[in-house]
Amino acid sequence: MSVLATALYLGPAALLYLGAGVVLLADLIHGRRAVTGLLTLVTLALAAVWAVLQIGGGAQGPILGGAIVVDSFSLYFTFLLTAVTAAVVVGTSEWAAKVEDRGEFYSLLLVSVGSMVLLVQSNDLITLFVALETTSLAQFILAGITRNERSSEAGLKYLLSGAVAAAVLLYGFAFLFGMAGTTSLPGIAEFVRHAGDGLRLPLILAFVFVAAGVGFKMAIFPFHAWVPDVYQGAPTPVGSYLSVASKAAGFAVVLRLFYTGLGGAGTPITHDWAMLFGVFAAASMLFGNVGALVQTNVKRILGYSSIAQAGNIAVGIAAVAAQGTVGPSGVLFFLGTYAATNLGAFLAVNAVSERLGSDEITSYAGLFKRAPMTAVVLSLCLASLTGLPPTAGFIAKVYIFNSAIQTGEVWLVGLVAIAVVNTAISAFYYLRWVRTMILDDPEDATPIETPGGAQGVLLLASAAVLFFGLWPAPLILLAQQAAAALLPA
Amino acid sequence: MLGLSVTLAHYLVVSALIFGIGTVIALSKRNAVAVLMGVELMLNAVNLTLIAFSRFSSAFGQNGQPLSGHVFVVFVLTVAAAEAAVALAMAVLVYRQRETVDLDRINLLRG
Repeated sequence: MSVLATALYLGPAALLYLGAGVVLLADLIHGRRAVTGLLTLVTLALAAVWAVLQIGGGAQGPILGGAIVVDSFSLYFTFLLTAVTAAVVVGTSEWAAKVEDRGEFYSLLLVSVGSMVLLVQSNDLITLFVALETTSLAQFILAGITRNERSSEAGLKYLLSGAVAAAVLLYGFAFLFGMAGTTSLPGIAEFVRHAGDGLRLPLILAFVFVAAGVGFKMAIFPFHAWVPDVYQGAPTPVGSYLSVASKAAGFAVVLRLFYTGLGGAGTPITHDWAMLFGVFAAASMLFGNVGALVQTNVKRILGYSSIAQAGNIAVGIAAVAAQGTVGPSGVLFFLGTYAATNLGAFLAVNAVSERLGSDEITSYAGLFKRAPMTAVVLSLCLASLTGLPPTAGFIAKVYIFNSAIQTGEVWLVGLVAIAVVNTAISAFYYLRWVRTMILDDPEDATPIETPGGAQGVLLLASAAVLFFGLWPAPLILLAQQAAAALLPA
Repeated sequence: MLGLSVTLAHYLVVSALIFGIGTVIALSKRNAVAVLMGVELMLNAVNLTLIAFSRFSSAFGQNGQPLSGHVFVVFVLTVAAAEAAVALAMAVLVYRQRETVDLDRINLLRG
């Protein structure tokens, strides 16, 4: 294939990397007067449009000797990741204007999201590892970008745990390569499907290492220790980016690795890794929700809540035995709605804490009287995180739990029971927060102003939460098409 | 001499040992730089595993083509170098602010 045709396939990732360079250059030449934020937005918009054009008009298939595959799965995530990042950029422009290293912030953001786009397209262990590490390295620096004590502590902690996770992941990769003799995911799947009983234990060993390594990215228990610290210490915009984009990319990698790379349903080891993810799911939900109950810092609450939500999503991965694409499409749908919901919550928190200078839940008392719109959006997002109708979170939970029940396996039905109990636990802290905002009286009744960009994104996020709650069919259809690309034709 | 030959299993055992030592160092040391050294050990154990698998694979030596395991190692080395650069920069940043890289004393964030 010619270089030009390859570039056509790789457009979004190439654009994002190019944009990162341009932003850095503009920052170098014009300093603080440079329009780096606008350049970043334009780059993200172009990449998103390119992905949409690819969904509609071809330029799909494996390229570069099968190392990269552009399919509806990778394009779904390309669009999701670029849209989420654009929303973060718009919603936090006021914060970014005050950051000393603004050019570097935007440039690293673009490198990170560009590598994620490459990551969701990877179809080979080597490409996957390099893309994963590139995006992680950019995120480590992003967490420490403001260079104050809290931010650099968050960066260092994130980096050290990330480095250990990467090494563990690689050890698993080494064994997968050693047994299958190839680094190509379809090649490994071919090997796993025909693996004899003697290879079952080594394969289990390999995927446990792999699951531990990517578990860090997904932020599931027991690989979650960094989450509350990083969400609290890193600047809120970086926290919102990590909680949505990084988690989505993590789950995309898991789906690609386990559904394509390890052969999905019907292999000798399918049941083993489904069980592993079931255990991860149950433990994450319990740990995240119980951890969140005792927190008073809203960013830490969101951190623990994100661990619990990762548990909910992992139910969809465990439901591999369900017919067709119900399990993985549930994961994709959940990630799509979760992106809008969590982004809304994080950006609302960012807007409030910018003004109040406090992340304690007590400072949210009577927010409804001080900033009605922000309080309503935040309440809606929290209701969606709980899973109350008519929000998108409700549909996402029903869809993903239904996929587990459809398998008809007793342990998965038990897992759903645990998940339902956990939803009830999570209602305590989500709704307590809502009550504090709406019913309690503020200590200081001066109105809080929300900046225009953040207001726009908050409205958009809440519109998405309501829209997909009332009319989920289009997104479900897209998720099912994307998930179908994972399964062998 | 004694009829011993080094087989794949030997390499795997050695690399598993190194990986284990690296993991223990990374998880138990309280100094950020020592943790990084542990990680470096883990990565090198992975490299040894990859090279051993690649060299002992039945496809080795056919067509004179290097195998993907060999290529993988080059990428791992590169990424490890980049990671070490970022990590040490971060450690220096933290040291400037608090005059320590002891992870037990870097504890503003907790709860």
